[in-house]
Amino acid sequence: MSSMISSPHQHDSNSVQSIMATVLLALLPGIAALVWLLGNGVLINLGIAIVSALLSEWVFLRFRGRNPVTAVTDLSAVLTAVLLALALPPLMPAWQVALGTIFAIVVGKQLFGGIGNNPFNPAMLGYALLLISFPASMSQWIQPQSAASNLDFSQAWQLAVDGVLPAAMAWDSMTGATPLSEVREGLLQHSMLSELHPDGSWSNLTSSGWAWVSLAYLAGGAFLILKGIMSWRIPLSLLASVTIVSGLLWLIDSNQFASPLFHLFSGAVMLGAFFIATDPVSASTTPKGQLIFGALIGFFIVIIRTWGGYPDAVAFSVLLLNMAAPTIDYYTQPRVFGGER
Amino acid sequence: MANVSIHDFHGGLILDDHKALSTQHPIAPVYLPKTLVVPLQQHIGQIADPCVKVGDHVLKGQLIAKASEYVSANIHAPSSGTITAIDEQPIAHPSGLNALCISITCDGNDKWTNLPDSILDWESTEPQLIRDRLRQSGIVGLGGAVFPTAVKTNTQNKPVNTLILNASECEPYITCDDMLMRTDPEKIVTGAKILQHIVGAKKILIGIEENKPQAIEALNHAINNTDIEIIVVPNKYPSGGEKQLIHLLTGIEVPSQGLPLDVGILCQNVGTCVAVAEAVLEGKPFIDRIVTLTGDALAKPQNVRALIGTSIHELIEHHSGFAKACQRTLMGGPMMGFSLPDIDRPIAKGSNCVLSLHEVEPTQEPQPCIRCGECVKVCPALLLPQQLYWYAKSHNFDQAQDHHLFDCIECGCCAHVCPSKIPLVQYYRFAKTEIWASEREKQQSDLARRRHEFRDARLARLEAERKARLRKKKEVLENKPKAKGDDPKKAAIEAAMKRVAAKKAAQAAEEKSS
Amino acid sequence: MLSGILTLTALSLIFGLLLGYTAIRFRVEGDPIADQIDALLPQTQCGQCSYAGCRPYAEAIANGEAEINRCPPGGEVTMIALAELLGRDPMPLEDEEAAAKPKAVAIIIEKDCIGCTLCIQACPVDAILGAAKQMHTVIEAECTGCELCIPPCPVECIEMVPIKDTTDTWRWPLPNQNSAEVSHG
Repeated sequence: MSSMISSPHQHDSNSVQSIMATVLLALLPGIAALVWLLGNGVLINLGIAIVSALLSEWVFLRFRGRNPVTAVTDLSAVLTAVLLALALPPLMPAWQVALGTIFAIVVGKQLFGGIGNNPFNPAMLGYALLLISFPASMSQWIQPQSAASNLDFSQAWQLAVDGVLPAAMAWDSMTGATPLSEVREGLLQHSMLSELHPDGSWSNLTSSGWAWVSLAYLAGGAFLILKGIMSWRIPLSLLASVTIVSGLLWLIDSNQFASPLFHLFSGAVMLGAFFIATDPVSASTTPKGQLIFGALIGFFIVIIRTWGGYPDAVAFSVLLLNMAAPTIDYYTQPRVFGGER
Repeated sequence: MANVSIHDFHGGLILDDHKALSTQHPIAPVYLPKTLVVPLQQHIGQIADPCVKVGDHVLKGQLIAKASEYVSANIHAPSSGTITAIDEQPIAHPSGLNALCISITCDGNDKWTNLPDSILDWESTEPQLIRDRLRQSGIVGLGGAVFPTAVKTNTQNKPVNTLILNASECEPYITCDDMLMRTDPEKIVTGAKILQHIVGAKKILIGIEENKPQAIEALNHAINNTDIEIIVVPNKYPSGGEKQLIHLLTGIEVPSQGLPLDVGILCQNVGTCVAVAEAVLEGKPFIDRIVTLTGDALAKPQNVRALIGTSIHELIEHHSGFAKACQRTLMGGPMMGFSLPDIDRPIAKGSNCVLSLHEVEPTQEPQPCIRCGECVKVCPALLLPQQLYWYAKSHNFDQAQDHHLFDCIECGCCAHVCPSKIPLVQYYRFAKTEIWASEREKQQSDLARRRHEFRDARLARLEAERKARLRKKKEVLENKPKAKGDDPKKAAIEAAMKRVAAKKAAQAAEEKSS
Repeated sequence: MLSGILTLTALSLIFGLLLGYTAIRFRVEGDPIADQIDALLPQTQCGQCSYAGCRPYAEAIANGEAEINRCPPGGEVTMIALAELLGRDPMPLEDEEAAAKPKAVAIIIEKDCIGCTLCIQACPVDAILGAAKQMHTVIEAECTGCELCIPPCPVECIEMVPIKDTTDTWRWPLPNQNSAEVSHG
């Protein structure tokens, strides 16, 4: 290969690393809120995920005969690890967290050719693996603002890594249903939403604290859009679609279907809208395509949540649309300058 | 100046223009070097054919190479002197390869040849005759495309509504048009009016960027008493791209793969206008141009008038000299220019700027594409640069063409913003030259196939003819009746046999008798 | 059970008829495959594939007698194009060295030429100009570089000269690939 220097001979100062760093910065409010809600387990998950991600990426790049330094310092593996860790229940066995992360990095990213070549969102691929392989630990969410969430660091570490429960505590007393799974179980047993949430689903979210986490993600996402790092198209179309589809259902029967507000602020919708679905490598790239991409993810989130087999559906919706992204791109090519209108 | 609203184009970048660096001094007068190396290909189209030989003495402005085809341009001696060589010399080209040049050793007299008559009454002259004068004078577009102006202004009776003068000079560092406008605005206007007469345009618009206030003022004075309009456009790169400027000033989009002529517009650079005016009014052939010598490595960056064929090295040494070590020399601007391996190469008709950089960005290794879409945001041609990149990289040239690869104007905006520092423009150039090369190869192989088939047919025909001849002969032989008189050969053989038999009989008779 | 058999038979008859109809109605008149293969070959007519020219090689490929990796002037590009056309797997070229040779044209050293016309008869594209006892010259633009003229020449006055890049034919190279990038080749 030649070492010809082609024009242009001057460039902008942004880089992949600076973009990833800004996204991580925007995640800080969400991380802080989640730690406030669920305690040190979140930090342990984050730590394990980040370390396993960096190590597995380094090792695999050496296997592939590539230079590991530039690839590892571009912070993309860190971002994948953080997004996956935020989606996992805290105090989950550490080895499972590590396994999911390693799968996400190695199978989800490196086997496809490294950054820029993965058709699927690596974090969601890791999440899907864990959900299907370890359904029990993936559904054991500790109760917010409880003794479980107030474990100190060493206790949390012991529990996650060694599986040793703190004195005088049992899993039954520590875990509880998330708002989403509560609604789901209740509806499956044919109770009415008005019975489950006499004050309305929104207040349930705020009282349990989950709404604040979602709001923190929303704030971070808005920051990224205003800074120009991220396009508004996918988040806006995703949230709009969730609102519209769930709104239609809720209008049909507000006792069987949760309200749009509930859907928007529970589970991983905000995290998904701003940080997961917007992963540029696996999302659609054309402007019109991005709108369709986001809208369809929102649609599937509501559908799978309502009628599918899992309480939260962001991961599967994103993976489904990752598969469809090339086709969406193909059919939404923008008009060229001077092309036919 | 008209208060006309402009129609912004998509994308583009706002860049630091670095113009003040080279506008501190007036245009320096011509420097006469000892040798001139004049390339024979300084234009789009076919290379010019030399019409002088080594050893000839030529005068300034004398024709030394003729346009070989319709799309080609004449070349004239930039000064008087002796032709010392017609051979391959290093030229300023991205490949760094040599090309055919005519080398002249100047005699220092700078004596002009007899120039053709001035066409002072151009307003009542047939456009064809004026075009002939442009052709004769070897004028090419000075905006960078170096397309022969005589060909471009041959509208073949297609109507031209608007003549647009491209005064925007959007690329950073380059100021040759700016200084020309400050110095010679009347000639620009005259040249524009001549062009208007040639193509029959109804109106003239001048598109100029807002970062040239002195030039705008000078042009304003010059267009007094004419109906030429000046439209000031924002300082956004690449507003000087032909299609982008047309859209800015008129809101019309030139069709993809089409020409501005298809929508009734003709665009010319202001430098070309001056060359046209001089050719028509003074009979002057195109032998010099204004070059911007700039960059932080120079001691005295400025604009200079340079003879075509002057060595860049000599030009810089004479006018400015180096203040700091030059790490990279670019022919052109920082966005579209190409780097020169050395500066012992000549100025050509399209050399608008030589950028000598002391401080260069450290070369960063490209990272993989993360499909962030920044490139799509800035592309003025509304293309999908990242798609073109993926296709070019995987040699999928059919798909690249389907995605309008040839609409890319190679402005460099996409590569400028790419966070992975991928040299996108080089990928597109690679794809384009590969496609052209494979088209050439296809033509060659089609020709070879036809010739081979013709040869096979020819040999088969010869074989068939030979067989037919043999068959005919055989038929003739077989069909002949077996009469003595009819077959001279047989008759001859029989006669011979008879003679032999007679001789034998005679011999026997003699022996018997003796 | 009888109803099942009857239903399936009826369905298969209907679908069979439908398929047959569409096969005839929507038939695309395409080139015979040998023509399509010949269109991809470089027409050097050199015989390095061991067939007497490009057309015989194309027909051999079409008949399944020859592999697609035998054409050195076409190189990898032609082999990949053939693989795509025929749906076969790409394979390494049979003669990599010959494929890597730069394109060249023949040139006759005129002072040595004896006018024997042996090279003229050998050239598969009639690219040599000349006649008996007259000077022979290779028409550069027509020469495919097949080298078939070199063996017959009794005085060995034909040389192959590699074609140089000019500013017109020069191609931009592919940019340096980063080690962290994957090449798609």
